[in-house]
Amino acid sequence: MYSYSDFDESFVRSRVAQFTQQVERRLDGSLTEEEFRPLRLMNGLYLQLHAYMLRVAIPYGTISPRQMRQLAYIADTWDKGYGHFTTRQNIQFNWPKLPDVPAILSALADVEMHAIQTSGNCVRNVTADHFAGAAADEIEDPRPYAELLRQWSTDHPEFQFLPRKFKIAITGAPNDRAVTRAHDIGLRMVRNAAGEPGFEVMVGGGLGRTPMIAHTVREFLPVADLLPYVEAVLSVYNILGRRDNKYKARIKITVHETGKEEITRMIEERFAELRPLFGGNDQRLLADIRAAFAPPAFRNAPTDAYDAFYKADAVFRAWADTNLAPHRNDQYAIVTISVKAHGQTPGDATSEQMRLMADLAERYGHSDLRISHEQNVILPHVHKSDLPALHAALTQVGLATANVGLISDIIACPGMDYCALATARSIPIATQIAERFKALDLEHDIGPLKIKISGCINACGHHHVGHIGILGLDRAGVENYQITLGGDGSETAAIGDKTGPGFAYDEIVPAVERIVRAYLAQRQGPEETFLMAFRRLGMDPFKAALYENEGAQDAA
Amino acid sequence: MSRRYSPKVVTANRLREGDVVYLTADDQWSPHHHEAELIEDEAHAQMRLLHASAQKLTVVGAYLADAKAGPNGPEPVHFREGFRARGPSNYAHGKQADLRS
Repeated sequence: MYSYSDFDESFVRSRVAQFTQQVERRLDGSLTEEEFRPLRLMNGLYLQLHAYMLRVAIPYGTISPRQMRQLAYIADTWDKGYGHFTTRQNIQFNWPKLPDVPAILSALADVEMHAIQTSGNCVRNVTADHFAGAAADEIEDPRPYAELLRQWSTDHPEFQFLPRKFKIAITGAPNDRAVTRAHDIGLRMVRNAAGEPGFEVMVGGGLGRTPMIAHTVREFLPVADLLPYVEAVLSVYNILGRRDNKYKARIKITVHETGKEEITRMIEERFAELRPLFGGNDQRLLADIRAAFAPPAFRNAPTDAYDAFYKADAVFRAWADTNLAPHRNDQYAIVTISVKAHGQTPGDATSEQMRLMADLAERYGHSDLRISHEQNVILPHVHKSDLPALHAALTQVGLATANVGLISDIIACPGMDYCALATARSIPIATQIAERFKALDLEHDIGPLKIKISGCINACGHHHVGHIGILGLDRAGVENYQITLGGDGSETAAIGDKTGPGFAYDEIVPAVERIVRAYLAQRQGPEETFLMAFRRLGMDPFKAALYENEGAQDAA
Repeated sequence: MSRRYSPKVVTANRLREGDVVYLTADDQWSPHHHEAELIEDEAHAQMRLLHASAQKLTVVGAYLADAKAGPNGPEPVHFREGFRARGPSNYAHGKQADLRS
């Protein structure tokens, strides 16, 4: 993976030193909270409901065992022994104390990590396909491009005060695992007629209170044009974007108000100006970065032991069927470690679990770990002969849950259990749904089904693109949950449709169960997934299942 | 007929620790909601909020939250304030653990 250059190292250290002094000045009264707040946010430090929260970037979701151990150390030393992996491939610590934050940032810098640009109206952590560099369907590893974008956008003087935050996602595969169409800029690698790799550039996607699927502004962008093109998009947005109204400030609104044709024309015009200014240094830098992402030295060994174990052990087989994905090397598999044990908080890992995952990555995974936007941890390169031993080791610390892609593999934002912006809780809804379907022993029958839960309209839990989306709201001082169906975050992206009136806290799990039972009753067979069935049947049967007995209940 | 003022407490987060605190009648910051001063007069509430907001080295983000009288002192009205007074529901962390005696 990429290692810091001297420039990166001194930049991050100087930011730690700067923030250390800013904290000192806040604590001695030289800085007011109004002055300090933007400074702490630039360093990823929020003040939440019960405590401060520090959001640490995990660039494009790639993390080394040494870094993972340092996160565990931070969790034990300055927090409560765990961390929360987020939908933007970051990790959040929920309980740091302000005077300790400089030491935490220093400990992060020791392993080439930081919390810079994890908040504020700047280009945030660039997210990527969590299977990058390993997936069988991949054209090219997108991470060198993500790293190039990270270096370019970090402290970029023109883009530190954008109208609003700006999120870029990138995938090197036609199958979109990075929700690129719900980002400010989505980059999806494609080939042109000549077989050369390039990017489909999508602009103006986003969730939040005004969910929109991104528009394609360039069908094929040669990879060498990436930086000037992205810079052109940013600079058009920086001028046009609305600073008068926070709720209309994201680029999705700019695209919507300007129109796809006009904004495409403006981007291309700006690109024509910028392109000649990029003299090739970016491409030399990219070549260096690429070398850092060279694939590991894959082992050539028999996989018979895996095949035999797969046939013999039903528990292992169930795990292999859900948690493994095809690797581009036939002898290898991509392992998704579910951080979604039934009843546990989605995305939370204890320090002990982090250390074990780091050890296992070293022993079986070519020292590579990934964090997915679905809040799981990935070992992207595991030789199949090592899978039985890996599975056994995961089982010992509660990390062998066989549920990836199933109904209990739920994305949930922190919600009102932690977040100051939340209007309702998310976490207990997720844990109750997972436990309910475990008790019913139905989730493997149900098959692929993505539930995504947000505790407010800002949609950190991606509910708009959940097959079943749940949005927690405050209705007259009571938690109320609105359901959407048919959302999709993949290459066939779609925003889910509202079913109708929301449900109270104690009604939402039974409501989800009614939806799922309606699906099971109506599907043409197990090969027709929930999303396929919804697209065939439409909303009506699900609405009927959700609401048809309501009158009777009211009358009772 | 004037509308009755719904009672309030002054609450904030501590600057250093970030935890939730409540202003008491004797000008202390307590971690316990039930020890807060229950303010039933609007003008007095504004005075108390000003007093709290001036303590820039102690607390951050002071505001008035609805509360009601209970057998042991003021109780939260809105569920958000209930969570702030107790801690998260997924772990025994925050006040529900720290204040256990």
